[in-house]
Parts: sequence; structure tokens; C-alpha cells
Amino acid sequence: MSKANKNDKSRRKFLQNLGLAGVSAVGGSALLLQGCSDPKDSASGKKVKVLTQDNQLVEVDVANLKPSDNIKDLDYLQDRGREGIPGKKFVMVVDLAKCKNARKCMTACQSAHQLKPEMHHINVLEMNDPVRKTSYYMPKTCQHCDNPPCVSVCPVDATFKRQDGIVLIDNERCIGCRFCVAACPYSARTFNWTEPKDAEKFAEVTYNMELNVPQKKGTVTKCAFSADRLREGKLPYCVSACPNGVYYFGDSNEDLVTNGTTKMTVRLSKLLQENAAYTLMPELGTKPSVYYLPPRQNKG
Amino acid sequence: MNDTLSKEILTDEQIDQDLLKNINWGNKFKLWLAFLAVSLIICLYYYYQQIEHGLGVTGLNDYVSWGIYISNFVFFVATSLIGMLISSVLGLMNVSWVKPLARIAELVAVAFAMVAGLIIITDMGRPDRLLNVFMHGRVQSPIVWDIAVVVTYVAISILLLYIPLLPDIAICRDKLKNVPKWQHKMYKILALGWKGKAKQFKLMHNYTRILLVLIIPIALSIHTVTSWLFAMTLRSGWDSPIFGPYFVSGAFVAGCAAVIITMYFFRKNYKLEKYITIDHFDRMGRLLVLVALVYVYFNINEIIVPAYKTNTADAKHVQEMLSGHESIMFWMVQLGGLIIPFLLILFRPMRSPLPLMLISIVILTGAWFKRVLIVVPTQLAPYYPIQNVPEKWTHYMPTIPEIAITAGSFILVLIIMSVLAKLFPVIPIWEIKEDIHHNKN
Repeated sequence: MSKANKNDKSRRKFLQNLGLAGVSAVGGSALLLQGCSDPKDSASGKKVKVLTQDNQLVEVDVANLKPSDNIKDLDYLQDRGREGIPGKKFVMVVDLAKCKNARKCMTACQSAHQLKPEMHHINVLEMNDPVRKTSYYMPKTCQHCDNPPCVSVCPVDATFKRQDGIVLIDNERCIGCRFCVAACPYSARTFNWTEPKDAEKFAEVTYNMELNVPQKKGTVTKCAFSADRLREGKLPYCVSACPNGVYYFGDSNEDLVTNGTTKMTVRLSKLLQENAAYTLMPELGTKPSVYYLPPRQNKG
Repeated sequence: MNDTLSKEILTDEQIDQDLLKNINWGNKFKLWLAFLAVSLIICLYYYYQQIEHGLGVTGLNDYVSWGIYISNFVFFVATSLIGMLISSVLGLMNVSWVKPLARIAELVAVAFAMVAGLIIITDMGRPDRLLNVFMHGRVQSPIVWDIAVVVTYVAISILLLYIPLLPDIAICRDKLKNVPKWQHKMYKILALGWKGKAKQFKLMHNYTRILLVLIIPIALSIHTVTSWLFAMTLRSGWDSPIFGPYFVSGAFVAGCAAVIITMYFFRKNYKLEKYITIDHFDRMGRLLVLVALVYVYFNINEIIVPAYKTNTADAKHVQEMLSGHESIMFWMVQLGGLIIPFLLILFRPMRSPLPLMLISIVILTGAWFKRVLIVVPTQLAPYYPIQNVPEKWTHYMPTIPEIAITAGSFILVLIIMSVLAKLFPVIPIWEIKEDIHHNKN
């Protein structure tokens, strides 16, 4: 099988995931798969294919698909948030050559995460290139380090590294000591110094760690790689919002990343190798999960 | 032999009378305490504001997220370390002139260490979740180490204050007849049935000795771990392997100064001139010169090594300190708060009580700002530029609530020390008597 073919197949699988996530969302904002192991109960005879958490494609009866209250259950959300998505290792690739400072990523992120204008999970910085004497734009998110200094210093396990590589915050547990803010060399973290934006609007919403909403006064927040969207098989908010094709997002176990603008899926290793990708301050040993393709002028 | 004590022969009655004099609730003291209490209430009002509106009432922001609360915490931990140096290190080496000062040093240690624990709470975004540290504490976080050692240090310091106090509490119980009933009862309970038997003294000496040994590693760890809150990060300016000893040496400077100031006021207010002599000030002044020299040595290391190598981020940090944005504070602290004062103390007249006390105040103030210099500038120079945030986030200026809450911590220390000094003799009576009897024989 040729490489391209294989790519295509995996891409189809990725899109299938999206589709199935769509099916399970029919009829309400939150339908979750429950008790699909007992076929005798099936009344309708209408089957649908769904993907289980461990990537098994199974056929279940529609009757067994029930709307779940789980999504409103804090304990369920907390457990799920800490567990992560098995078998995945999420990565982001940022193509600096394409960034035109449109800042759609920033606004999409801020509205998704209930952030005030000065709070950034993703921040597009204007960087100086000392060699060319020019500047370029660099979107900076949490690097979701494999050796995260923020996680080491947290005294209460409020920030942690999941099996899928995402570094998350549990703002139900955070004591607001801001040691993680001090420890992060990428200044990726931001703090709710005052009451969060629209706090009263979110007062009744159940806390979802993967979205980190509702935000809470006196706790730290930061980029979550849109873990809530990944669970639905969708690309992160910033990645989807970019008009310029800056972001690729995907799973390094599959070695595939999808561009948020063009929806093209490419091989991660090839993309990194051919474009001389780098990570931010590799000398610090943090091992980021965000890769950067250098800012270049005439890139095809 | 104790040649620092006044040469005139003091009788036991005279000593009791002199050293128990401070234990009374005079109007002057009540006025002082009321003043402190009112000030504290004002500060607590600001803390209530902070709880109500969040840490946004401070000048902190996402870049400088640790400000004067944390600097003040480091300063308090530093100052409290002096208890270990004076009562433990010098005590174990049988340096006899420190004996009358040991309790004052322990008072300073206990008051500052206790309040340090509270300061860390004022810096928390969610103080209501304090218990999470115990319920979900993770061993690899330096904060957890810090809490463990601070609590241990407070506990041992209290014991070190209390156990050698037992014979004196018994004296208070037996000799003080004009105190309120509750106070007499308190002495009775706290004296633990002390009768001055040889066996009791032996036990007390043994326990004290164990504590004196124990407190050395604990005191070293408390400040080393505090330095690790910074040194364990990857931020330039903090990322330094000498931070532990650098902090410890600085701690002795601040602590010596604090003890000298306390000595001065106790001596003056309680007429203790015969017990805290001019010679004590002279020796404390010399001790201060010694510890200041060690601290200067560490400061030189902290600056020259990165300045020579000019690693990009470190060079920027050093440049900011020496000639950049932070330079005014840097030179004020280094020259005005450390080098000039210690050069002055080299001259004998400057080691007499009043000048030494004044110089100590300058040193202590410098030591406080020094902690700000350690904590804040590093955060103002992150690896990636500060952009797309309000302009005021590019610098740090503490707000009035923040300053008031910090002032509150000092007021609390004054309250603790003042009240303890009104309940117990500040000079160990039994040790003075022992010394005099020893000299007579």
C-alpha cells in the first residue's frame, strides 16, 4: 500500500470519528453511549455504528443509545477529565510562515473559555528575528510539555499530565498559589485575579475540566488543547478558527496531523522533518508537544 | 565565665525584681496594645476586601504573580532563622555571652515563623481550600516541603522557647502575687509542677540540648526550601544552585538586625541595662559584621558569575539589576542596606546601643527590599515578550490593600512579641543566677 493511500485511509477514519461523534450528539447536546452490551433488549432493530473509547468500532441498537445525565454530573466529568483519552498523544504544529496575525484563534479561544480580553490561553506574539532584522508572529499556547515544570511544582495535584499528553487544570482543586505560573518558562498560564467574565451567566453550569469552564475566581487557567472538543472528535477552537492554515493538530501515535483551515491531513513526522520544525527552548528539557515550523517568506 | 554581665554583684532578690519588672499590665502597655489592635483591624479590613474581590485588589498580574506577599514571606522566614544561630549554634559552642539574649532570639524566631505561615495564606487565591494541601498534597512540590518544615520549625522553636522558660515560669508562679487570677493559673499550668529539683534541671537540660541540635537542620531546611520555591524553576534570575546558602546567609543578616532592635527596646523599656549590656551590643555588632560579610560574598557570586557568562536571559537580568530598570533599588539595597552599614559597624562607637539599633533598622529595611529584588525582577523578564495585555502588567507596583496586609504581618509580630514580653521574663532569670553563682564560686 502506498504511503499516500494509507494517509487517506487514516484521514477517512479521522473524519469517521467526527461523523460518529455527530451521531451520538443527535437529539440533544449530550448523548452518551450506555449499556450497549445487551442485544436482547433491542426493540427497534435499527443499528448504528459507534466508536468505543478504546477505538473499537461496534454496532449497537439505537434503543440502547440514551441521553445521559452524566454530562451534568461533576464527579463523572472530573474522573473523565483526569483520565484523558486512551491511546492518544495529541500534538500541535504551528506554521509560523503562514501566520498573518489574524487573531481569530485568540478570539475563538477567549469566547470558548470564558476569558477576559487580557487573559490568553493562546497569545499571538510579535517576535523579533535578530538575524533577518524582521519580525514575525508567533502564536503561543501551553506547550503541553512531556516534562511539565508546572505539574512538578503543583502542591495539590490540581494541574496534571494526562495519558493523552494534555496538561490540564482542575479549578475545583486549585488553591491559587500560582507556583505553576512562576514555574512555566513559556508564561502560558493566566490567573483569575477577579470574578471571571459573565460569572453570573455561568453560575449554574457544571464545571467541565476539559473546557475549564466555568472559570473560578482565584484559580489558574490555561490552554487545554480544547480537550472537550477532542473528546467529540473535533479540532481545537483555535485550530478551527484560523483562516490562514497556521495550525495542524493531531495524534502523534498515528503520526497524523490535520490542518484546521484546509482540513488536509498530513504525516506528522514528514511535516516536521521537511520544514525544519523546532520546539520552544528545547534546552530547558521540558519536551513540548507543540512544534513550530520556522517563519519563511516563500513557502509553497 | 560571663564577662558581659555587669560587674556589680547582684543578689537573687535583686535579679528577680529586675527581671520580673516587665510583667505588668500598665496603662502605657494597654495603650500600645490598643494601638496595635486597631491597626491590625484596619489591615484585616483590607484582607476582607481581598477575599471579597479576589487578588485583583493587589498590584499582581499574570507576569508578576508573586509580589510583596511572597517577598515578605521570604523575609519573615529569613528573620526567624536567627533563633537557630544564637540559641543553638552559639549556645552549643558554649558561647556564654549570648545566654541572656537566647530568649529574645527565640521570641523573634517564634513570632516571625508563626506569622510567616499566615503570610503564605494571604497570597493564596483560594485560602478556603487550604486543607487541599493536606488532603491532596504531592511530595514533589517544594511548597509541600516548605509547609512541612515551617510547621516543624514553629513547633520546635516554641518548645525551645518554652522548655528553658520552665524555671522562670515557676518563679513567676511563686513570686508574682499582684497578677490577675487567670495569669496566675496560667503560670501554674505552664510550670508543669516545676520545683527546681536537680533532676528536673537535668531533664530540662537534656531536652533543650536535643532541641538545640534538632533545630539546626530544620532551620537550614526551612530557608533552603524557601529558596527552592525559586531555584527549582527554570526562570533566569532564580535558576541558581547557590540559592540555598545565599538565602541562609542573608537570613542571618536580617535576623541579627531584628534581634539587635528587639534587644534595644526591651533594654530601654524594661530597664535591663545591667543584663543587656553595652558589651552585648558590641558583640552582636561584630556578629552582624561577620554574617554580613558572608552575605556580601554570596551576593558577589550571584551577580558576577552570570554577568561574566552573559547567557542571553541571565545577561538581561543582570543588566536590569546593575544599570537597568531595577538598578536604583538594587544599589540602594546593596550599598545602603548592606555594605555601608556593615562598614560603619566596623567602628567601635557605631556598635554602641543607639547607633547600632539605628543601623540595624536600615539593614532590616534593606533586607526586606532585597527579598523584593529577588522575587519580582525575574518575573518581569520572562523568556517570551509581555504582549496583548494591559500596559500596567509590564511593571509591578503594590497597591494600598497589599501594603496594608503586609503591614498587618508586622503588626502581628509586634503584638505577639509585646504580649509574650508582658507574660514572661525576657531574660532567663535562672541562667543569670546560675552564672553569678558560678562566678562567685
